[in-house]
Amino acid sequence: MLTQVKVHNLTKAYRHRLLFRNLSFIIPDQSVFVLLGRNGAGKTTFLRILCGLVPASAGQVEITVDGKILMPQEKRTHLGLVAPDLELYGELSAVENLEFFAGVRGIPFSLTKARDLLDFVGLRGRGHDLVHTYSSGMKQRLKYAYALLHEPKILVLDEPTTNLDEDGVQLVDSIIERQRRRGIVIMATNEPREVSYGDQTLSLDTAESGNLA
Amino acid sequence: MVIRRFPWIRQSLVIWHKELRIEFRTRFAYSTLLMFAVTTLITISFSVGGFVPDSDITAALLWIILFFSAMAGLGRTFVQEEEKKTITALKMAVAPEPVFLGKYFFNVTLLCSLTVLVVPLFLVLLNQSVPLWAPFLTTVFLGALGLAGASTIIAAIVAKTEAKSAMMTILAFPVLVPLLLATINATRICLAGAPGTAPTTELLLLLFYNGAVVTASLLLFEYIWNE
Repeated sequence: MLTQVKVHNLTKAYRHRLLFRNLSFIIPDQSVFVLLGRNGAGKTTFLRILCGLVPASAGQVEITVDGKILMPQEKRTHLGLVAPDLELYGELSAVENLEFFAGVRGIPFSLTKARDLLDFVGLRGRGHDLVHTYSSGMKQRLKYAYALLHEPKILVLDEPTTNLDEDGVQLVDSIIERQRRRGIVIMATNEPREVSYGDQTLSLDTAESGNLA
Repeated sequence: MVIRRFPWIRQSLVIWHKELRIEFRTRFAYSTLLMFAVTTLITISFSVGGFVPDSDITAALLWIILFFSAMAGLGRTFVQEEEKKTITALKMAVAPEPVFLGKYFFNVTLLCSLTVLVVPLFLVLLNQSVPLWAPFLTTVFLGALGLAGASTIIAAIVAKTEAKSAMMTILAFPVLVPLLLATINATRICLAGAPGTAPTTELLLLLFYNGAVVTASLLLFEYIWNE
C-alpha cells in the first residue's frame, strides 16, 4: 500500500458547537474521497484538520506515504491544497509565485517547468502578469498550479470548481483523474458532478459516528 | 555548503527575497517608516531651532523616532499575510521557523536602510557631532537589530488580534524597554564623548538582548503561527 489516510475517532467542536464526532474511516490509495454536507457542517474544518492547519478536538488523522506514517511536519511535503480561503501573492506574477513556493519547498524550479504547469492549468501567456490583475477563475487555476507544483501524493480540494468556467471544470476533471492514478484526492463539495467522482462519500450531515456511504 | 546543511537558512532567504520583491513593488512599509521618521525629525528640528540639545535629550529623541517608526512600519509583515489570505498557502509550504527568520531579515533590512538615511539627517538637523563614531554606529546597528527582532515576533502576535495597529505599540513597549534604555544610554555616551568612556556594558547588553529575542522568538513562533 503506497498512500493511505486513516481517520480515527476524529472529533471537532468549537466551544459548545459540535461539528462532527468520532469519524473513523480509511481512504485507500488511488481513490477519490468526497465529503458532503450543508453549509457550516464542518467540511472545510475537516480538510484543515487533515492538512494540519487546525487541531482536532479529539482523535487523529494518520497519513501513510510509501509505507511510512508521516510526522505532522512532513505532511506539507505530500499534501496539495486548493481552497477558497487560500490565496497566492497578488503583487507577484504567477511565475514568481511558483518560483517562491518551489524555493521554500526546496524543489527544483525552472521557467520551463513553470510554463508547462501554467499551460496545463490554462494560463498560457499570462505567467508574467501580476496575480492581482487576474480574474477569479484565473486565480483558481493558479491555485491548482500551486497545489500540483510539488507533485503531492494527496490532493485536497475544497469546492474545487469555484469561479471556473466550463473549460476550467473539465480541467479539474482531468486533474482529479490524474491524481487518482498518482495517489488520493480528498474533496469537499456539494456539486453533483464532482460527487460522482467519489469512490467513497461521507455526509457530515448524517455522519456523527462516521458512517460511510 | 552551510545553506545545504541548514535548509532553514535557504528557506528564510527565499522568504526574505519575496518580501523585498513585494515591498519594492508596493513600497508600503518603507514609505510608512520613512514618512514617519522624516516628519518627526523635521518637527523636532523646527522645535529646537538653532539650540543644540545636550546629548541626553538628543539620544532619547533619536530612539523615540526610530521606535515609533518601527511600530508604524514593521507591524504589517504578518498582518498582510492574514488579511490577504496568503497565510494558508505559506503554512502549507514551509515550517514556521524559516517564516520568522525571513520576516526578521526583511525587517532588519528595512530598519537598517531607514537608519542609514535618518541618522545622518538627524545629526545634521540637530547640529550634533559624534566623538565616538565606532561605538555609535555599533549601537545604532544593534539597536536596529533589536527593534526589528522584537517587532517581528510582536507583529506575529498582533496579526492574530482585532485591534492590530493599537496593539503593536502596546505590546512592543514593555518588551523594548531594556533595549531602549541601553541604546539611549549608549548613544548618550557616544554623543557626549568624554575621554576614556565607551558604552561597553550597554553594547554587551544589546548583544545579549538580540540573542535572547531571536532565540525566544524561534522557540515561541510555532505556537503563534499555528494559533
